[in-house]
Formats: sequence, structure tokens, C-alpha cells
Amino acid sequence: MDKTPRLLLALDILAAAGMAGTIGLVFLYAPIERVMGAVQKVFYFHVASAWVGMLSFLVAAIVGVLYLLRREPILDIAGHAAVEIGLVFSIIAVLAGMTWARPVWNTWWTWDPRLTTAAIMVLVYAAYLTLRGGIDDPERQARFSAVYAIVGAVSVPLTFFSIRLFRTIHPVLFGGDTSANMSDFSTDPRMVVTFFVSLAAFSILFVALYWHRIRLGQLASRVEELKSSRED
Amino acid sequence: MGTFTRTLLAVAWKDLAAEWRSREILSATLVFSILVIFIYNFALDLEVTLQSDLAAGILWVTFVFAGTLGLNRSMSMEKDRGGLDGLLLAPVDRSAIFFGKMTANLVIMLVVAIVVVPVFSLLYTINLILPGVILVILLGSVGYTAVGTLLAAMAVQARTRDMLLPILLFPVALPLLVAAVKATAAFLSPSVTNSAVPWLNLLIAYDVIFLVIAWLVFDFVVEE
Amino acid sequence: MIQVTQLSKRYGSRWALRDLNLEIPDGRFVALLGANGAGKTTLLRILATLLHPTSGHVTINGLELPQQAPTIRRTIGLVTHLPLLYGELTAEENLRFYARLYGIERPAARIDALLELTGLASRRSDLVRTFSRGMQQRLAIGRALLHQPPVLLLDEPYTGLDEEACRRLDGLLRQVTSQGHTILMASHDLLRSEALADRFDVLTRGAIAASCDKPSLPPGGATAFYRSVVEMG
Repeated sequence: MDKTPRLLLALDILAAAGMAGTIGLVFLYAPIERVMGAVQKVFYFHVASAWVGMLSFLVAAIVGVLYLLRREPILDIAGHAAVEIGLVFSIIAVLAGMTWARPVWNTWWTWDPRLTTAAIMVLVYAAYLTLRGGIDDPERQARFSAVYAIVGAVSVPLTFFSIRLFRTIHPVLFGGDTSANMSDFSTDPRMVVTFFVSLAAFSILFVALYWHRIRLGQLASRVEELKSSRED
Repeated sequence: MGTFTRTLLAVAWKDLAAEWRSREILSATLVFSILVIFIYNFALDLEVTLQSDLAAGILWVTFVFAGTLGLNRSMSMEKDRGGLDGLLLAPVDRSAIFFGKMTANLVIMLVVAIVVVPVFSLLYTINLILPGVILVILLGSVGYTAVGTLLAAMAVQARTRDMLLPILLFPVALPLLVAAVKATAAFLSPSVTNSAVPWLNLLIAYDVIFLVIAWLVFDFVVEE
Repeated sequence: MIQVTQLSKRYGSRWALRDLNLEIPDGRFVALLGANGAGKTTLLRILATLLHPTSGHVTINGLELPQQAPTIRRTIGLVTHLPLLYGELTAEENLRFYARLYGIERPAARIDALLELTGLASRRSDLVRTFSRGMQQRLAIGRALLHQPPVLLLDEPYTGLDEEACRRLDGLLRQVTSQGHTILMASHDLLRSEALADRFDVLTRGAIAASCDKPSLPPGGATAFYRSVVEMG
């Protein structure tokens, strides 16, 4: 396997620095929010993770379309990688959201459109992986995965709109108060800075992880090829 | 009559005629739907007169679950006969095959609705037989069978075939479900604040988007 | 005329066909011999436009795969060991359905003719699921011939048939052959193939290892020929 390219190494370092910087800013620089308290800081991780989750989805869908048109195996590896990473970050987003919700609104779950959409994304990602797992023929597996990535990616914004519509018509949360809106808190310019830094750091982390994961996928298929040519 | 329409009607007729002879899908789906309605009654300890939100919810959950039965079966039958080979050998547009199968699935789903809706209305003393509700059932069924037929075509080729379709379909059908439930509820108890219009718009958008996607993408699902 | 040049098909890391070359002139009946898993079904499905090759060149009657696949579909008929018929419909309804798919004009006359040819005229209004396997296979051939394709592809048509059904199928195939179709039949029933075909091609390890015209068969016929190729390779 080729050595890790220099650019990827640089990206790794940048990602690590970004995450360290974000953690520093979140805990040392951003102020404690007046109403919700320290737990509001989860917000930075929650939104950034959800952002990566959605970005992954978009990437998976685009790569899916490309695969159907070009049929290059690396595009399938790229699609699979995007879904795996997206799944992890979406789960983080959901868990972070729940951690935030519990102390603030005394409930593990709020039907906030973003949180709910993140949860649905987890389900769609998991469905994608289940589909992949059930098909043996690699070419068919790649084709079907690409199709489902497209279907899933298109459904996610529709899900978001439907739940947001649901919420604007029903602003009162079951058993909670009307301020149960996750973007409702007083903002301070330091929070804005921290927010964007966290967004950037997570994005760089995504790119680094994605690149690594694609390389891993290529290595895996190379191993498959070697294994089968040995059997001949 | 264009080849596309001819193929679509031929495939739809073939599916429906075959189904009519055995009535396997219809009977299983009907029995299942009635069972689900009864189970909800006991599980949720529902009052005799059901309020509209709850009624809409139960109705659509019933349709969604029962729908997967039909979708699964109709594709499995094709697969057991040697797949769609017979259809794929013919000099016809693949999307016509898709729309033919989707039409058959849609008809079956609507036939089930025709039975389920009056039964539901009777059991829970709530009149569901309203033009608005019928419209929502039509729009919802179109979207559901569009995505469902497409995903069933894939699911049926996997090892885990029976379990896979709900796993693939439900997360993706969620916006449709939400819109259908809210629209139905709005028609059942109309008020100024409780308008069905935005939900109908969402339903129509969903239908159009996924009909187009299915039309574009079905080729890739069946071409080996 | 079927012309196949350097045809390859891989599934993941496994090559089902590897640089296969094949040429079948019009009107010939070629028996494709080979063990299970040798690639016969893969080759037939590619020719039937049901499968995309990984690489290579296929021309059928001057039309190229895969670009001209829809046009090629009018010129080929495929019979596999699954009849591709709908059990809940009658024989006649099955044929009428396929006639509509193929856009056949005046289907009624054609369907009558095929029901006669396959000896199933008396059972035309019976549900196909009541047919024996042999009858289903014969109807399947009728289905494949609906649009009068110049090329007929048969994949192990004798699978699961008893002796009587085999003999009936033989008779039907002989009649079809006399109509001048180009026929490629995959079979591991060497004796039956020998009776019907006029050329024998052996497929091993993804390619045609040897080909022999009927008059040039060694003593011991197709069986001996097949064994000699397989043992050598």
C-alpha cells in the first residue's frame, strides 16, 4: 500500500489541531449561556456533527449518481465511505442533542426538526448498510447502494420540511414549555466565533476521515483481488 | 397507443389479472389491516368515538404496514418465476415496466383502502368517507407505491428479502406519512388554523419528486 | 449471424468468461457443452441482452451490444429452465400478454399457430400452474417464438423433464430447426444435443476450448468429443 500522501498527513494534523482548538474555544472561550447553563455547550458539537452528517449524505448521493453514470469501483467505495462516516456523525449529533435536551427541557427527546431529521438520517444510513449487507454480487451491491443513496438523500430534506411544518403548526411541545426550540438561546459574538470554528474543524475532520476511509476501501478491494487470483 | 402506454397497461393488467385469480395479496393485506386496527384498539384502549388526529394516525400506519405486504409479494412473485427476465427480454422501455407494476400495486392498495376505510369508520364511529380524505389516500398511495415499488425491486434481490423492504422504505416514506396523517386529520376536523393545504402541497411535491426519481433510476436497478 | 469477440465477464474478482470467441453462421444449430458453472448461462444471458459484458464485442445480425440492445431484443428469443410464464394466467393469456409486449400485429392468428406447434391447443384456457413441467417448457418455447426471432437461445431446456416430455421437446425443436432459425443451445445432455445440433462447442474455464462440426465428430460422438476436450484441458 502506498505511503500516506503528504497532503493527507497535513490534513490529519490540521484536523487534530482544529478539534483541539474547538474544544479549547468551547470550554474556555465561549461564555456560559444564561438560561440553559453549561450544557448548552453541547450545541457546538451537536450542530457540527449534524452538519457533517448531512454533508456526508450529499456526498453519498452525488457519488451515487456518478457511479451509475461512470461505473468506476472507486465511486462505490467513496459512497460506502460517506455513508459510514455520516452514520457515525449523525449518531453523535443525536446523542449530543439528547444530552442537551435532558437537563434543559427535562425530556430525552424534543421533536425539533433538526434533531428529528438527524435521527431519520441515522435510520436511512443504517438501511443503506443493511441493503449492502444483503447483496453478495459486488456490481449489484454497488448499483443498488447508489440508487438508495440517491433516494435517501432526496427524502431527507423532505423529512426536514415536513417536521418543520409540523412544528410551526404545533408549537407547543408535549409536556414541555413553548421555549423548546433548540435554536432559542441568547447569543454572544464569542459563541458565533466558536460555532464557526467548530463547524470548520468538523468539516476538516470529515475530509481527513473520508480520505482515510476511501484508502481503506481501496486496500480492502485490492486484498480481495489478490485473494481470488491466488485461488486460480 | 404508444409502446410505453401499451407496455404499462399490459404489465398492470397482467399483475392484476393474476392477483384476481388467486387473491393472495388482497386477502392477506385486508386481513392484516383489520387485525392492525383491532390491535390498536386494545393496545391503546381507545374510546368508542375517536378523535381525528388519532384516527388519521392509526389509519395511515395501517396502510403503511399493510402496503409493504403487497409490495413484497408482488415483487417476490416475479422473482420466483425467473425474475423480470421475461419482461426484460421484450423490446420495451424499462420504466414502462416499472410504472405498470406500480400501477398494479396502487390499484391493490386502493382496493384495500376501499374496504378498510368504511370498516374503520364503523368501528370507531368517525366518518372517514370524505372527499378530502379520499384525495389524501389517493395522493399518499401514489407516492408510497412509487417509492415502494422501486425499493421492493431491490429488496427482493437481497438475501434478507422479507425484512429488508420495511427497513428501506419506512425512513424514506416518513415525509409522506407525516403529510398524509396531518392532511387527513385536517380534513376530519377542519378549522382555520388547521389547514390541509400545506400538507397537500407536501404530498404532491413528494409524489412528483419520487415519480421522477423512480422513472430515472429504475433502469439501473434492473439492468445487470 | 452471431459474432462474439474477446468477450469477458467478471463477478467481483471471479471471471465467468475470459476472452471468449464464438461465431455462429445463420441457420446453424450449435450445442454449447460444458460443466456446471462453466459460464454457459452467463454467455447466453449476455447474448440475450440480460447481462452486460465486462469487455469484448458482440454482434448479432449486424447489431451491436450493448448500444443496440433494444433492437436486438426483437431478433432473439430465450428459453431458460424457468419458463418465465405466469401460473395464474392461462396459456392463451400468457401468450397474449407477451404478444402485447412485443407489439405483434394480429396476435390471435400467431397465438393459434404457436399453440398448435407446441401441441397445447387443447389446454389453451387452462391455468399454466396446472401444466406439467414439460408442457410449461413447450409453452415457453412458444413464448420465445412469438415475435419470430431469427435467433433462438436455449439454456438447459431439458432440465427436470421426464423421458416422454424430453421426446416431445425434441420433436418441437426439430420442427423449429426446420424453420431456419439460428439456434444456440446450452446443455449437458450430450446424447440429446448430438441428435439435434450440427455443431458442438465446448466451454471450459470461461472460453470456447474446441468446436466440432457434426460430420467430423470422433467415433463415440459428442460424448467422446466432449470428454477428450475436457480431459486435455
